[in-house]
Amino acid sequence: MLQGLRLTVTFGDTYALDAVNLTVHDSEIVAVMGPSGCGKTTLLRSLAGLQNLDIGTVTWNGRNLRNVPPHERGFGFMFQDYALFPHLSVAGNVQFGLRMQDVDWVRREERVAHVLDIVGLAGYQKRLVHELSGGEQQRVALARTLAPSPRLILLDEPIGALDRSLREHLTAEMKAIFSELSVTAIYVTHDRDEAFAIADTVAVMDSGRLIRKGTPQDLWADPRNEFVARMLGFTAIVDAKVLEGAADLGWTRFESALPPGEHRLVIPPHAVTVASDGPNTGTVSGATFRSGEYTVRFRVDDVELTGTSRRRFEIGDDISFHINPDSVLSVES
Amino acid sequence: MDQRVDGHPALRRVGKIALVAIPVAFLAYFFVYPLLSVLATGFTADGRLDFGPIDSVFRRPALLDVAWFTLWQATASTILTVVAALPAAHVLARYEFRGKRFVRAAIVVPFVLPTVVVGSAFLALLGPSGPVGIDLRHTIWAILLAHVFFNYSIVVRTVSTYWERLDPALEEAGAMLGATRFRVFWRVTLPLLRPALASAASLVFLFTFTSFGIILILGGLQYSTLDVEIWRQATGLLDFNVAAALALLQIIGITLILFLYSRYQERRSVEFEHSVAAAAKPMQSRRERLTVLANLLFMLLLLGTPLFVLIDRSFRSANGYTLAAYRNLNERVAGMAAPATTAIWNSARFAVVATLLAVAIGLAAATVIAYRRGWLSRSFDALLMLPLGTSAVTLGFGFLLAFDAPIDLRTSIWIIPIAHSMVAIPFVVRTAVPVMRSVRHRLREAAAMLGAPPNRVWREIDLPLVTRAALIGAGFAFAVSLGEFGATSFLALPSNPTLPTAIFRLLGRPGTESFSSAMALSTILMVATTVTIFAIERSRTEGLGDF
Repeated sequence: MLQGLRLTVTFGDTYALDAVNLTVHDSEIVAVMGPSGCGKTTLLRSLAGLQNLDIGTVTWNGRNLRNVPPHERGFGFMFQDYALFPHLSVAGNVQFGLRMQDVDWVRREERVAHVLDIVGLAGYQKRLVHELSGGEQQRVALARTLAPSPRLILLDEPIGALDRSLREHLTAEMKAIFSELSVTAIYVTHDRDEAFAIADTVAVMDSGRLIRKGTPQDLWADPRNEFVARMLGFTAIVDAKVLEGAADLGWTRFESALPPGEHRLVIPPHAVTVASDGPNTGTVSGATFRSGEYTVRFRVDDVELTGTSRRRFEIGDDISFHINPDSVLSVES
Repeated sequence: MDQRVDGHPALRRVGKIALVAIPVAFLAYFFVYPLLSVLATGFTADGRLDFGPIDSVFRRPALLDVAWFTLWQATASTILTVVAALPAAHVLARYEFRGKRFVRAAIVVPFVLPTVVVGSAFLALLGPSGPVGIDLRHTIWAILLAHVFFNYSIVVRTVSTYWERLDPALEEAGAMLGATRFRVFWRVTLPLLRPALASAASLVFLFTFTSFGIILILGGLQYSTLDVEIWRQATGLLDFNVAAALALLQIIGITLILFLYSRYQERRSVEFEHSVAAAAKPMQSRRERLTVLANLLFMLLLLGTPLFVLIDRSFRSANGYTLAAYRNLNERVAGMAAPATTAIWNSARFAVVATLLAVAIGLAAATVIAYRRGWLSRSFDALLMLPLGTSAVTLGFGFLLAFDAPIDLRTSIWIIPIAHSMVAIPFVVRTAVPVMRSVRHRLREAAAMLGAPPNRVWREIDLPLVTRAALIGAGFAFAVSLGEFGATSFLALPSNPTLPTAIFRLLGRPGTESFSSAMALSTILMVATTVTIFAIERSRTEGLGDF
């Protein structure tokens, strides 16, 4: 079990990490998600020992790692640019960690073949790194990280440099590999879909602070925080006044169990039902056709809402809809 | 965060200081000091400040003629080379054909040949008994032709690499807008190629402006460039003041050219986006096939003939083919102070010493430039490039002036490899720095995360890459030393010649016997240099292509 306590790193006047607490259990995969510059890479580097902490401690199964240099921590690190050794072949790269552990030649060959097989590059041993495509390089980097069987794997946006379709494919593959080998890992990304696809637990970071942690389902059901809601992709976030069991948005009212007062409400797409008998109307600002349905964006007041419809709308059309009060979420701003 | 090399802090400190101090001391004593001696000689007479020598250069029409000739022959050579090389650059950039890689590598051979070898080859080609049939020795045509031969590959390689990445769509767009083929070339292609043309042309101009060996051998007494005149004044007429004044003129000229060159280099990188896709395609029409074929034939004629004639002459005597010229190398030719084998032995051992010196000093300097940032790295970089901006002749002359007192280093033959290493150090630095910089800190972190302790990181990651750089640098230094003539011509005594100085002496002697010996030695030198350069090219492309 890895534990980070009050991890703090400053660069000049700015806090790259501000008292972050993070626990990772054995065989758990934690995705750390946040916009670029939020400190997620610094978090990863300080857990690896590549970055000195100003304050805070990192422990593994209760043992303080303060005086343990990176090469003795037994962690694996996968870099965003892969950092493959250009003077070594694929096999040379993959067996590097095994050589450092003085594993004998025969077992090394076996292990390299096995790991390359896992990442789908069987038979690539003799290839040179610069002959490989981006996707293949990513797999070599993964194989190299997996080969010495590290007790914790740290991944820094490991597929960020690849194109979208390849990313989706590789995320699913990595998830399968990780659960097969019951790997413990911390996966840093700025992409929500990637984080949700791969992780058991998602942690959201903003400006050096870890502001929310939970399972993907928990986060989706209740983001609690406006920043988290935005990271999850919710865009319709409005002010509301709650009085006598009803929320007033100015352009509509619906029942609400919230205490009286000012609130920030998230109206997720699944809370919106497009229907010709709907009590509310808006103006269509855009529509895209996907998977047999239209995703329609429309404006009401100065809020843009999103809903789905089987009917086709043109920009400028009027649209009627309901809001399902049970699906509306309240967040802190 | 940084954990490169461990060890006792005091030791590391000493090491760091040595890395800076040794190259600086070496350069200060063997480059700056000789150069200052030249300047001092140019500005003094009888120990007092005197502009007399400078003034006298401008008063003597013969010397002004030399300056004028230097300038116009360089201009003419540059224009001719660019015109001759453009069609080949087009063919290599736009067409795919079998053996293209070989052609690309083979055309570099003339450029790496020692100038003395080029001179010999053209003497054999254009002499009275050569295949051309007319005696063109000691004419401007021999000089211009040899310059085109020597510099052809710079233009072809620089321009074709650039041309290859020009999007053919730009030319096609021109054609679709109704321009004829010629107008497309004139209005679209040529302007787009300008950065590459300008940088290649300024290099050719620099090389022909400082041409020494070729002019000395092919120009006879009629033609003299600044370099040749410095040598004549210093070693023949013993007028050191005038020689120094001419060297000054020379340095100013080179500085100007290098300044223009670096300005173009800077602009070149921001010109515009290149297409990434390879634009070369297989030949389609008969016309295209003929274009490619004609160009290959032209290359063979221009580059192949002189070398073929050279080799041929080395095996020929009055009555048929013979190995006599090679067999007689250990005998003393009439008028020579030492047998040719002495020259071979000298060149070999000087090259080894010069290589060791250049690699040691060059790597130390490259380490500082590559791993340090800020003023130290920058000023070091500039200091080490200075020798590039000084002709070897000026350096040799500086050695002659500087090292006669208090210790007369001139009589020590080790002064020659030291001079050679000064010429080679910039090459070593230039090849080592990019490789060292390519060892990104990330790679060291990756190795550490895979369990490598710091000293192991250095051994597994830094060392293999640096070794490769050192080997390439060593190859260059070796080839440079083997062929170095400009500086050596001031320093090598007749009794202790190097290959180039022996060849030059032999060419100056009458009789077919000395001529055949010169051809044989030139052939040996040509083979040695070519083998060295091809060995470098191999290790350069293997696996390092990615950097």
